Amino acid sequence: MIEAENISVAFGEAEALRRVSLSLRPGERLGLVGESGSGKSMLGLALMGMLPEAAQMTGRLAIDGHDLSRATDNEWRDMRARKVAMIFQEPMMALNPLRRVGDTVMEPLRLHLGLSKSDARRRALELFEETGIQEPEEKLRQYPHELSGGQRQRVLIALALACDPGILIADEPTTALDAHVALRITDLLTRLARDRGMVLVFISHDLAAVARTVETVAVMYGGEIVEKGPVAQVLSDPRHPYTKGLLHARPTITGGELRKRLPMIPGNVPALADLPHGCRFSGRCSVELPQCAEVRPALLGIGGLRACACHHVPEVVE
Amino acid sequence: MSVLLDIRGVTRRYPRPRKQLFHHEEALVAVDNVTVQITQGRTLGIVGESGSGKSTLARMVMAFEAPDEGEVLFEGKNIHALGKRELQALRPEFQMIFQDPFGSLDPRRSVGWSVAQPLRAAGMKPDQALILKTLEQVGLRAADIDRFPHEFSGGQRQRIAIARAIVTRPKLLVADEAVSALDVSVRAQILNLLMDLQDEMGLGILFISHDLAVVSSLCDDLLVLRNGVVVEQGLAGDILNNPGHEYTHTLLTAAQLELQGEHAA
Repeated sequence: MIEAENISVAFGEAEALRRVSLSLRPGERLGLVGESGSGKSMLGLALMGMLPEAAQMTGRLAIDGHDLSRATDNEWRDMRARKVAMIFQEPMMALNPLRRVGDTVMEPLRLHLGLSKSDARRRALELFEETGIQEPEEKLRQYPHELSGGQRQRVLIALALACDPGILIADEPTTALDAHVALRITDLLTRLARDRGMVLVFISHDLAAVARTVETVAVMYGGEIVEKGPVAQVLSDPRHPYTKGLLHARPTITGGELRKRLPMIPGNVPALADLPHGCRFSGRCSVELPQCAEVRPALLGIGGLRACACHHVPEVVE
Repeated sequence: MSVLLDIRGVTRRYPRPRKQLFHHEEALVAVDNVTVQITQGRTLGIVGESGSGKSTLARMVMAFEAPDEGEVLFEGKNIHALGKRELQALRPEFQMIFQDPFGSLDPRRSVGWSVAQPLRAAGMKPDQALILKTLEQVGLRAADIDRFPHEFSGGQRQRIAIARAIVTRPKLLVADEAVSALDVSVRAQILNLLMDLQDEMGLGILFISHDLAVVSSLCDDLLVLRNGVVVEQGLAGDILNNPGHEYTHTLLTAAQLELQGEHAA
């Protein structure tokens, strides 16, 4: 469904993404985790053809067999209308406050699928039901401000599903929601991907939400994927020093041990322009070798479905 | 240890807008009869989702607004019964940090000026040596005193906000979602800093968050709020090990890293 090979995105000298490769088959659920500046949102935008104008992208990107490496705006628009959809963190910002949400969802159905008004309405109602919106008939007639945050996010998911996309990219879709609402939205996304055979790219800083939602996780740092694999394996047995640091720095409830100081990753995430040339994590890594700052470690297979980009973790060829 | 803050049966109502001309809408009870204490050197965590009343409670503790019923005693003094001048004199004793350190720092003022602000507000003379010492306490350098907020990262800006809050040597620190906007690795640094400062200064901390995992890493006592009502309160360890309410359980589930599959730990 998605084939991305050595995707790099640069703003002048600053590299926001460096040689990222991905391959996703229908129905696969991938989580992109990382802190701000890790490139996770930039990768999401690259997969949507929505990079800022100043960005220069290199590498090969194909969706559903179509090579999009040099696609024009029009080709991308067509792709976004039918194959790739995206939802964002703040559902209020993404909805027109002056339009009934039913009309918003009916628009792409009429425009892209050419449905009649009554057919579009019927389809919108089905989408509302599929995304678990209570009293869907009534909700079609309501305005965004009349809905709760969770309901608005469901409306946006319904809108994203309107043209039956093969790929849904969700950028921090639960971050602005309360805990119990967020749990239901991640359940919904998981179910939709499974039932529809749709690729789900779930972008989040929240490891707990990612662990609940996806099968495969890619940990990003400084514009690169530093570790990748089945989510339970990566999070229970992290191999890359950054993944380890991230997991340890996370407060946990288990064990009943209170008021314990958290292991820290020293320093801050460097600005894009100040990223080290070799391993992006060098300078903050506790097990750094002399070559780390200069030589970029490649993302290599380390057994099973796992991969890691660290000079300490040897390649395993099976 | 002595009781620092004594919140007694505090209730706060807000009027709801009328939907019809002669219809009388019932008031929204934002905080409903909350009683809790904070002792010196201990941290009380308040968890709840949006609309739970946790920020309203913080504003009442800071005397930014008054309760409709009940009282808030700071070292035995009812802070809402104090005159303007008396309150101003007491303010250095309780200070607050907010979620967004960028919004709460004046972009046109240097770090040194912002950190000294609570001293000026209380009519004290900003003392250069005290400000430098405070910057050092929060892990900033002396040279940072002349720099401006935009030159710092989010985590460093939160350090500046903490420096400003502790410059008056308060006894109580109120932190409202103070680490929610920070990245995981930076969040750990700030949580550790708060614990270090607490040990060093004997601070009482009121720590408000929607994230039960964050609260549990820092707090001795815990209060779970939902729609203004206390759902559970007590020792943090007791509640986390044995949540007595379904709502607390939901918050726990959301905060926990649950790994499915054969390789789950």
